[in-house]
Amino acid sequence: MSFPWLSVLLGLPLVGAVLLVLLPAGVAAINVKRAALFISVAELIIGASMALRFHNGDGTQFTEKHEWIKAFGAHYALGVEGLGLSLVLLTVILTPVVILASWNDGDEGRWGPKAFFAWMLALEGLAVGVFAATDVFLFYVFFEATLIPIYFLVGGYGGPNRAKAAVKFLLYNLFGGLVMLAAVIGLYVQSARHHVGASGGPSYLLSDLSKIDFGTDVGRWLFLGFMVAFVVKAPLFPVHTWLADTCEEATPGTSVLLVSILDKIGSFGMVRFCLTLFPEATHWATPTVVVLATISIIYGALMAIGEDNIPRLIAYTSVSHFGFIVLGIFVLNSQGLSGSNLYMFNHGLSTAALFLVGGYLIKRRGSASIKDFGGVEKVAPVAAGLLLISGLAVLSLPGLSPFVSEFLVIVGAFVYSPWAGAFAVTGIVLAAIYVLLMYQRTMTGPLREDNAGITDLNVREIVAVVPVIALMVILGFFPKPLLDMLNPSVHHSLVQVGAHDPGPNVTPSGSSDEGGAK
Amino acid sequence: MTKFQAPHLEYSLIAPLLIVLGVATLGVLVEAFVPRERRYLAQTVLALVGTLVALGDTLWVFGKLNPVHGKVHPGFVVGQGSLALDGPALFCWILVLGFSALSILLFAERRLEGGVTAFAGQASALPGTEAEREASTRGLEHTEVFPLMMFAVAGMMIFPAANDLITMFIGLEVLSLPLYLLCGLARRRRLLSQEAAMKYFMLGAFSSGFFVYGMALVYGYAGSMDFAHIATAVASGTGAHALLLGGIGMLAVGLFFKIGAAPFQAWVPDVYQGAPTAVTAFMAAGTKVAAIGALFRVFFVAFGGARWDWMPMAWIVVILTMVVGSLLALAQTDVKRLLAYSSVAHAGFMLTALLGARSLADIGPGNIQPVQAVLFYLTTYGLTNMAAFAIVTLVRDSGGEATSFAAWTGLGKKSPLVAGIFSFLLLGLAGIPLTSGFVGKWAVFTSAMSAGAWPVVIIAVLGSATAAFFYVRVIVLMFFTDGATEGPTVAIPSVLTTVVIAVGAAGSLVLGIVPGPLLDLLGRVGEFIR
Repeated sequence: MSFPWLSVLLGLPLVGAVLLVLLPAGVAAINVKRAALFISVAELIIGASMALRFHNGDGTQFTEKHEWIKAFGAHYALGVEGLGLSLVLLTVILTPVVILASWNDGDEGRWGPKAFFAWMLALEGLAVGVFAATDVFLFYVFFEATLIPIYFLVGGYGGPNRAKAAVKFLLYNLFGGLVMLAAVIGLYVQSARHHVGASGGPSYLLSDLSKIDFGTDVGRWLFLGFMVAFVVKAPLFPVHTWLADTCEEATPGTSVLLVSILDKIGSFGMVRFCLTLFPEATHWATPTVVVLATISIIYGALMAIGEDNIPRLIAYTSVSHFGFIVLGIFVLNSQGLSGSNLYMFNHGLSTAALFLVGGYLIKRRGSASIKDFGGVEKVAPVAAGLLLISGLAVLSLPGLSPFVSEFLVIVGAFVYSPWAGAFAVTGIVLAAIYVLLMYQRTMTGPLREDNAGITDLNVREIVAVVPVIALMVILGFFPKPLLDMLNPSVHHSLVQVGAHDPGPNVTPSGSSDEGGAK
Repeated sequence: MTKFQAPHLEYSLIAPLLIVLGVATLGVLVEAFVPRERRYLAQTVLALVGTLVALGDTLWVFGKLNPVHGKVHPGFVVGQGSLALDGPALFCWILVLGFSALSILLFAERRLEGGVTAFAGQASALPGTEAEREASTRGLEHTEVFPLMMFAVAGMMIFPAANDLITMFIGLEVLSLPLYLLCGLARRRRLLSQEAAMKYFMLGAFSSGFFVYGMALVYGYAGSMDFAHIATAVASGTGAHALLLGGIGMLAVGLFFKIGAAPFQAWVPDVYQGAPTAVTAFMAAGTKVAAIGALFRVFFVAFGGARWDWMPMAWIVVILTMVVGSLLALAQTDVKRLLAYSSVAHAGFMLTALLGARSLADIGPGNIQPVQAVLFYLTTYGLTNMAAFAIVTLVRDSGGEATSFAAWTGLGKKSPLVAGIFSFLLLGLAGIPLTSGFVGKWAVFTSAMSAGAWPVVIIAVLGSATAAFFYVRVIVLMFFTDGATEGPTVAIPSVLTTVVIAVGAAGSLVLGIVPGPLLDLLGRVGEFIR
């Protein structure tokens, strides 16, 4: 029995959250915050040592399996491959960053900092569970359970309309989740019918389920059940409306956890469940999903250009970027898929940086409206610089990590169909417009009188954001370690879904980029 | 002259039932002979001890079925074929007795009303009269509620174990009549309470009439009241089919009424709201167990062969119940009424398991069976609901329990613990994972889907989403909305109510995280003896 790395990674923040709540009321708020930070840093260290122990290309690792509910065929089964590990790492990297950046955001909320940081830690643990579960039932349980911490984080700490935003968030996601429940139940029925479990009974293990040939009709229905939940989660047009409303009201830290980590469950789930379990249905649905993703790319970007509220703007950029991620997944070729997998990680970083720096400024100004800013770079040069770098990362400037992933996705899209590629490329242009317009309107120009009181970032705030930016720069120039980690799982997914890269064009003068779609 | 044959009774097996009936009778004697000031203690102890002894005895009988390991015993048909003590029946007994023990604790709670129980001081005194004031100043209480409740418990035990229609009808009446009375005995808001009792009685009597008519029609079809004979007649298919269909329909009316399924749900909100909350808790948990147990026995054992005849009706009732329950709950502004409509919706969710009826050959090894699923659901629903109603008794203002949403606004600030537990229970009722409600829902939906009832499962899932909305609305009220600074307070209950809340919440949590053992157990014994 090897060391249960993932269970520790899953359990530590959950236990930490409970301990935090149980701390006696007399403990000073500063010590509560330190304890939360300590736990999340310990979690980061464990996660980092797991990354070092991970062998690229050895398939699913750190596996654990215990029977949980025999009658359902459900197991407590954990394990990560490249994609899962990268998202687990993203979670453990961003949580301490968010805790440090939101140091004082919990003070003003409804229940004080103790509950604020406890919910954040609980969320971290549950997110690890979602990315590590190799049993569909367990995945579903974590998937739904993550809603509760976010619900309380949004509803308890944030803007004036937070309660309404929290309910909207919950209802959208619960709706998606319950539709998925029907599909999860359908999986049970199928697995019981095909006797895939170890003792001939039902089983929810991914490894068992992937042996089933569901047939065309059943497979497509089940695929749809999962896909609805994932499309709500990684919001695509037309079910994206909850994201902007939620981000507008939530604290920046909550938005980071929500957009950078939790929304990845959607795109992660598409790769892990839809592609792996329902290859036929995936091919069937590809044209529709590609169209939806392309619409999301352009629509999200256009909405971002027209948006005056900074968190809403960032939320719309994410709708656009999730369009890219989903597009990359469903073009079903190695460039697109590895680009998407990489993008999930990089989008997490760039959006986190933008939300946090934007949040610093909004807190100082007391307004989230772009109209209320002007010439801030004169009084807060560090903040302005960090905002610019994060913004450039969001618009995929070469040299920063999102560029590599966006480039790969667009290549994949062109391989799939020149039309999809052509539409996707407009997303890059539009991204430049919304990021630079925002920067120009808020930071440059003459300093407005009511902006003169804005102070520059303090050391804590800078320390929180710098690691994220450093990581984006490093991975921007040197994405190889991450790509090496991801590529075996990309290959695995493509084999599962039965997709082949179009063969390279062997005429001496042709370049591979012009390879036909079919 | 023929020799009189004394009926042969297996006393050791039906002892739990006899104990409960004996305790109920003793309770009547206590009323007659024990001085007024000592009655409360005597009745509480008698009822509680009697229930626990009966529970222990039931567990002993249940143990004879080898529920955990070894070869499963199918059960016993006792009392000249009138009672079937099989796995489902005995498990219903365990549930009913367990919920009764908890209800007795709620019935006996005295601290919340300032030293008296929540029941009317003198039921015969008209509301608002001098006599009522006098009863109140003298601190009178009706300790008759305990024997009444024990009679209802006996009825709830007979109902799901009945093996013929006559016994089932007796169970139905024995469980109903005391409940009608109990509903009208609230100390506060007595007119509302009496109205509830009247409504429940009128409609209940009407539905019993349907039940009896159905019995007659089925007798006309099968020539017997006995489930085994009815099943044989259905299998041979020789009788007049119209009689059978009419009989099934009429019996179903009576049973669906007790469960509170649409279109027979009209009494539920008024009765749940008007009855003393302790009685509501008892009713919500106990009656559901008994009636669902009985319904499944009738439809699976007696009418299992006519599945294709009653299945369309069951589909309609299940869908209607889920839709009506969850949609009407959206419009409620009172916690008790909300829980009432939620119980209608839950009745619909439970009944989806009825659609899982299949021939045994179609159920593979280790698959979830309908009876197993519904019994698990009943366990979780009963525990969660018990605790939820117990919490309803705590939120009070000068007029007694304050159940309007306005009164519950901002409760999270006044008492984070109570509001937190209530939220957990609501999430359980909503079926969020890691609570027992989720596992229960999963189990019943699965058994329906396995039988191909996927359209119902999709409606059920959408109904769950709607239901989640109104549960969450209460959480929002409690935690995210600022209430008036004065207004109702959260009373500190005595240990009695605290125990109920703790058991209910803990049970809901444990069954959510480790449901395996109970599910496995029910998988072994969840088979009716035929």
